[in-house]
Amino acid sequence: MTGYEQALARCLYVWDNVAMSLKDLLQRDHNRRTALVVGQVTPEAGRCVQCGICSYFCPINIDVRRHAWLGEPVQESHCLTCGECVARCPRGVLHFARVDLLLP
Amino acid sequence: MSTRYLLVGSGVAAIAAAEAIRSLDAAGAITLISDDPHGYYSRPGLAYYLTGELPRAALFPWNEQDFARLRLQRLQARVAAVEPEAHRLLLSDGAVLPYDRLLLATGAAALQPDLPGNHLPEVVKLDSLADAERMIKLAKRARSAVVVGGGITALEIVEGLHPYCRHVHYLLRGARYWSNVLDEEEARTVLARLAAAGVQIHTHSEITQIEERQGHVAAVRLQKGERIACDLVAVAIGVVPRLELARAAGLQVDRGILADDTLRTSAADVFAAGDVAQVLDSRSGRATLDTLWNTARAHGEVAGRNMAGAAARYLKPVPFNVTRLAGITTTVIGAVGAGRDADVQGIARGDSDIWRSRGDALVVEDGETVNRLRLVVGPQHLLGAVLMGDQRLSRTLQHLIGTAADITPIRELFTQPGVNLYNVLAEFAQSRMVEP
Ligand SMILES: Cc1cc2nc3c(=O)[nH]c(=O)nc-3n(C[C@H](O)[C@H](O)[C@H](O)COP(=O)(O)OP(=O)(O)OC[C@H]3O[C@@H](n4cnc5c(N)ncnc54)[C@H](O)[C@@H]3O)c2cc1C
Ligand code: SF4
Ligand code: SF4
Repeated sequence: MTGYEQALARCLYVWDNVAMSLKDLLQRDHNRRTALVVGQVTPEAGRCVQCGICSYFCPINIDVRRHAWLGEPVQESHCLTCGECVARCPRGVLHFARVDLLLP
Repeated sequence: MSTRYLLVGSGVAAIAAAEAIRSLDAAGAITLISDDPHGYYSRPGLAYYLTGELPRAALFPWNEQDFARLRLQRLQARVAAVEPEAHRLLLSDGAVLPYDRLLLATGAAALQPDLPGNHLPEVVKLDSLADAERMIKLAKRARSAVVVGGGITALEIVEGLHPYCRHVHYLLRGARYWSNVLDEEEARTVLARLAAAGVQIHTHSEITQIEERQGHVAAVRLQKGERIACDLVAVAIGVVPRLELARAAGLQVDRGILADDTLRTSAADVFAAGDVAQVLDSRSGRATLDTLWNTARAHGEVAGRNMAGAAARYLKPVPFNVTRLAGITTTVIGAVGAGRDADVQGIARGDSDIWRSRGDALVVEDGETVNRLRLVVGPQHLLGAVLMGDQRLSRTLQHLIGTAADITPIRELFTQPGVNLYNVLAEFAQSRMVEP
C-alpha cells in the first residue's frame, strides 16, 4: 500500500465508524421515541422464570428481573426505553405499556 | 415465643413461602434448609447458561441483602427424616431441629435410566447448577454426545451441547417428539429445525446398553443392533417428586405429596409446595402434578400465608409455558394433548398433567411451518392452544383460555376455510376489551 492508499483506507475506516455510530444513535433515538409513545417496560409476573436475561442485557444495569418478580413496571427515570430487555426475554414477559403517571 | 418455621428446599417454592410468611409475621424465625450448595437460582435459566447466553452469576435472582432483608436463616444440610408427631426434623449430621410449621418443598429429581452402564461418570442429567457445570465440563472434552429423552429439557440439552460437540445424536423411542403435547406437524417442525442445524436425529431408537471402555462411556448400543460411539450420554427421561421424606414420615402420598388447596398435607402443621406437591384442584376434584416454575411459586405463596395463620386457597390457573423449541418460541396453554410420551416416564420438566386432559374437542389449525397456531376448541370455550413462532396472540389466548371466555360468536369461523385465525382472535379479544 502507498502512503496515500493507507491514508484513504484509514479515512474510510473512520467514516465507516462515524456512519455506524450515527446509525446507532438514530436507531436508539427511534426506539426511544417509539417507547415514549408506547410507555414503560411492564412485566407479566406469571410468565417470568427469573432467568435473568433481561437484567444481564440491560445496558445500564437496571434489575428488570426484580421488577418482573414483583410485577411492577420499570419506572426508573434513567431507563433508556431501548427495548433490549423486551426483545431478549425468552418468555414474552415484558412489553411496553402506557402507564398513566397521574393516577395513584 | 416467636413461631419457628422450617422450610426444606431452596427453590422458588420455598423462597415464595418465606416471602409470604415474612409479610405476615415480622417476628417468626424462618430457616431454609437445602442440600443444594448453590441455594436459590433460576432452574429454567440453566438452559441459557448451558448455551452460553448467560454467565453463571446471572442465574441468582437474590443477593445477600435480599436474604438479610427478610431475615432468613439458611442452612446447607440434608434432611434425613421428619417426625410429624414430635414436630421435629433430623438432619443427616444428626442434628435435631424442632418446628412449629414445616414446609416440604423438595422438588423433583431427574429419573435415572434403567440401563447397564448408567453408573458411568459421563452419564449426566440436568437438575441443578452443579449438573449444568458438569455437563459443560464434559462436553468441552467430548467429540460425540448422545441425548435421550423428551419434553423441553431434552431439547435444551441438545441445544446446549451442540456448540461444544462435533456430533450430537438425539434419540427418540418412537417416531415423534413430545407426542402427548405437540401434534405431528409441530413435532416434525421442531425435529426438522434440529436436523438442519446438524443434530443427528434417530427415531425408533431405544438404548439397551451404555458401553464402557476403562470405566468411561464409549458408545450406546441400540435395540435394533446399531452402535453409536460417544463420550457423553445426557438423559432427560422425566422427573419424579422427591417424596422419600414424606413417605417415611407416614404422610399421605400418591405420585407426589398429597396436599389440599390450602397446601396442607395429611400431617398437622406440615405443608407441601412446588414440584413435590400433588395438589387438589377443588374445581375438578383431581389432584395433579405440575413441574412449572410459576406453579411452584404460587404454591409457595399460598403455603407460606397459611403457615403464618392466613386462610389462603390455591386456585389452579390454566397451566401455561413459553419456551424455545429448537429456536422456535412456543407457547403451550391449557389442554392440548393426550396419552403419554414414550420418551418420558411420568412427567417431564416444565410440564403439567392438564396438558393431556383434553376431552373431545375440535382441533383447529392455522399457519405455515414455523408460524403455527393450533387451537383446541370445546363446545363453548377454547380449551388449549399451541402457538409456534409469531407470539403476538400469546397473551390474548392465555386470557381467553384462562377466563373461559364464551367463544360462541366466533366458533363458526374456526372451521371455515380461508379464514385468518389470527385476525379473528385478535378482533374478538379486542371486542372484549382484552389487551392483545
Ligand atoms: C433444566 C430445567 C428447565 C426447566 N424449564 C422450565 C420451563 O421452561 N418452565 C417452567 O415453568 N419450569 C421449568 N422448569 C421447572 C422449574 O424449574 C421447577 O418447576 C421449579 O424449579 C420447582 O421449584 P421447587 O421449589 O418446587 O423445587 P426445586 O427448585 O427443585 O427445589 C427443591 C430443593 O429441595 C432441596 N432438597 C430436596 N431434598 C432435600 C433434602 N432431603 N434435604 C435438603 N434439601 C433437599 C433441593 O436441593 C432443592 O434445593 C425447568 C427445570 C429444569 C431443571
Ligand atoms: S428475561 Fe424474561 S423470563 Fe427471564 S427474568 Fe427477565 S422477565 Fe423473567
Ligand atoms: S428498556 Fe433498556 S434501559 Fe430500560 S430496562 Fe429495558 S434494557 Fe434496561
